[in-house]
Amino acid sequence: MRKVVSFILSVCLVFGCLAMLSGCGSNEEKITLYVYNWGQYISEGDEDSLDVIAAFEEKYPNIHVQYSTYDSNEIMYSKLAAGGITVDLIIPSDYMIGRMAQEGMLKELNFDNIPNYKYVDEAFKNTSYDPDNKYSVPYTWGTVGIIYNTKYVDEADVTGWELLWNEKYAGKILMFDNSRDAFGIAQYLLGYDVNTTDEDALKACTEKLKEQKPVVQQYVMDQIFSVMENEEAWIAPYYAGDYLTMAEENPDLAFYFPQEQGFNIFIDAMCIPTCCQQQEAAELFINFLCDPEVSGSNMDYLGYSTPISAAKEYMDPEVASSPIAYPDDNTLRNATSFSFLPGDTSRLMENLFMEMRNS
Amino acid sequence: MKKRNSVLLSTPYILWMIAFTLIPLGVVAYYSLTDPSTGAFTWGNLVNLRMYLPVMWQSILYSLAAAFICLLLGYPVAYYIAHTGALTQKILYMLVMLPMCMSFLLRTLAWVGLLQDTGIINNILAALGLSRLQMIRTPGAVVLGMVYNYLPYMILPLYSTIVKIDDRLIEAAEDLGCTPVQTFARVILPLSKPGILSGITMVFVPAVSTFYISQKLGGTDTVLIGDVIERLFKQGNNPNLGAALSLVLMLLVFVCTGIMNRFGADKEGGVIA
Amino acid sequence: MKKANRVLTVLMFIFLYLPMAVLIVASFNTGKDITRFEGFTLQQYVRLFRDKSLLELLGNSLIVSILASFIATVFGTVAALGIRDLNPRLRSTVMTLTNIPMTNPDIVTGVSLSLLFVFVGSQLLGQRNSLTFGTLLIAHITFNLPYVILNVMPKLKQMDPALEDAAKDLGCTSMQAFFKVTLHEIMPGIVSGAIMAFTMSLDDFVISYFVTGMDFVTLPVEIYTYTKKPIQPKVYAMFTLLFGLIFVLMLTMNLLQIRADKKKSEAHGA
Repeated sequence: MRKVVSFILSVCLVFGCLAMLSGCGSNEEKITLYVYNWGQYISEGDEDSLDVIAAFEEKYPNIHVQYSTYDSNEIMYSKLAAGGITVDLIIPSDYMIGRMAQEGMLKELNFDNIPNYKYVDEAFKNTSYDPDNKYSVPYTWGTVGIIYNTKYVDEADVTGWELLWNEKYAGKILMFDNSRDAFGIAQYLLGYDVNTTDEDALKACTEKLKEQKPVVQQYVMDQIFSVMENEEAWIAPYYAGDYLTMAEENPDLAFYFPQEQGFNIFIDAMCIPTCCQQQEAAELFINFLCDPEVSGSNMDYLGYSTPISAAKEYMDPEVASSPIAYPDDNTLRNATSFSFLPGDTSRLMENLFMEMRNS
Repeated sequence: MKKRNSVLLSTPYILWMIAFTLIPLGVVAYYSLTDPSTGAFTWGNLVNLRMYLPVMWQSILYSLAAAFICLLLGYPVAYYIAHTGALTQKILYMLVMLPMCMSFLLRTLAWVGLLQDTGIINNILAALGLSRLQMIRTPGAVVLGMVYNYLPYMILPLYSTIVKIDDRLIEAAEDLGCTPVQTFARVILPLSKPGILSGITMVFVPAVSTFYISQKLGGTDTVLIGDVIERLFKQGNNPNLGAALSLVLMLLVFVCTGIMNRFGADKEGGVIA
Repeated sequence: MKKANRVLTVLMFIFLYLPMAVLIVASFNTGKDITRFEGFTLQQYVRLFRDKSLLELLGNSLIVSILASFIATVFGTVAALGIRDLNPRLRSTVMTLTNIPMTNPDIVTGVSLSLLFVFVGSQLLGQRNSLTFGTLLIAHITFNLPYVILNVMPKLKQMDPALEDAAKDLGCTSMQAFFKVTLHEIMPGIVSGAIMAFTMSLDDFVISYFVTGMDFVTLPVEIYTYTKKPIQPKVYAMFTLLFGLIFVLMLTMNLLQIRADKKKSEAHGA
């Protein structure tokens, strides 16, 4: 028995030393910057791309970036609203920025620390969600459309959002696992305003989404990449930027803008939540991401569209001129952005979505 | 050491357990009785729970199915292990325990790779010229995931009770003219009851509250209580409703294990592996 | 009958190990997809060791589980000594209390602790950051304690109380009596309690998932976020290495025990 005990103790010691070693890497003096971003939403240095965080840490050696990710605006919001955590930088979408600003969850930025803000195109300033440019600096913009696999989906069926309800493809259709994007699709399809606060309209959308449930294979966010690439599913609504990444892996994938019905155009912007403890470091990070060269390499990898035209110089010209990342005005004529909804409406929408998902 | 002094040794423990098991349950009760937006007292969350009755029913059904399949599969295996040589016993015991130490998330993910429409099993079927089967996203896949993950929790307690059964009792039964079936039904089975009961409890409790297995292997309509709780806390921003559902889940488990222990009518609470 | 059982046992082991085999094979795959083997490579292992964050997460998991199981073992053993001497009614109440985290589903334990920490931290103490390493450790200690108690108590009950008295009669102080006699007798219970606590802690996903904040994340929790994204094959490489490590550890422990048992029986035989 004694032997077993001493063996276990020595095992523990070895593990302990290992743990110590791995802990020793980080210096006590360093500032830790907690960045909370969407999954698959920054260039991480694989396949020779720029490792944005490593480059930032190299430039500011006294800052350590602790990076974690979320699936959707709603998940990020509930984590922050529940309290109990420190986050220094978040990248929500337009409507969520409006909501968080309204609820006093965002800090005003100090633009003295963000000189690179000057590179941001005028079109992305004075937006509806942040009319006085107080809280946010745009990170990317993009659109939502339908991704489908040309091997299995008949082009004649690709006519609009109703494709996602087509029983011919039952079990091969994916759907958004977040309330705002899912309701948005139902609203475009049924012809409601995407920013409606009308309860009956939202209930009608819920019914439409319930009707869709039997043909849906899975409700997904970033799991979509592998499922679409290995052809487990054939049809999915998702962000155009991510389509470009998927299409590199599987060239049979195509993208469709439901131009007539309308689709969502969004801006994701960097904000500092009130629970932030390292505002200056967070602003340095924002500034770093606005550097045209950094933004260029970052967007090159992500496939999303940059709000900094100067960054296009540093991008692969094919990406920089892609009609999917940068659609023309005619394509965009019916595109609308989500604006922030009153608290009651957001909650109602979330509850209805939960009800639909959980039934 | 005087007895009274040594009793004091348990005080910090009792305080700790009160602070970190009883009080948290109180906080859950508090949340489940308050309104998510105003924070005022309400019965609303508990009333809303009736919406989730089908989900609860489904969870109980699947996890009971999983527990009984585990029992049917696990019993012969435990019996076999308990009747092999000492060395083989040790090694097989270790091999049953080993999967429990590995990440169940990744192991469940491997099942996704095996079962999906474009997965390994279907690719093999297709290569053999057979038609592909719909396996993933069915209730069967969820039960399979539960059986797979919790089978060791059934085998280990079964093994520890079966191994303690005195072989002379079996011999005696045979000498008295019992057929093997009778011996099993009248001697072995009653003696292994404690193991069966604790095995069922140890499979049922994690299975009824799982969320990962049903999220990965289930379809859009195989929603379990665990899923709903997880979603309410992590996405829905409605911790109050989630708290109410957690309370119900806890009660449900206590009632089920209570019934099971009543069945056992043993004083012993259960064998831990 | 026996033959049928053997066949079933073999099938059961195939069933248990098949998914793990899939993961291990995937760790040597050149492609990213688990379902198609495109070619053999060790590249994933190189990537694993280049990626500091994965090893750091493993380190985090080890720190929490070693600390939690160690504290729970000492704390639990001391508590068990006290519980033994409680009057029967109080003792059964305490044992019921001990059973709560055992019978409660993990998700309920996780949810209740996270609500408690956030409630006390942000609403009563006004802390900004109430889900920290400390609260994670408290949660782990809390679910580890019952395993220690339930393993130590039976050994304490089996022990002959006369042994301790005899030691005292022979001039031991009660401290000495404890360390020389009682501790020796209950050691197997302490060891199995500690091992169980350690493995429970190391593997815990559900409770940790609800009580971790931003600054200290354990490996299983991060693996969950990995599985929500296109998963990187280096995770499979880590799985394979851990599998090998645990296999070797378990095997050595078994062999050591077999040898110790043999020695014991020889000594008894002599």
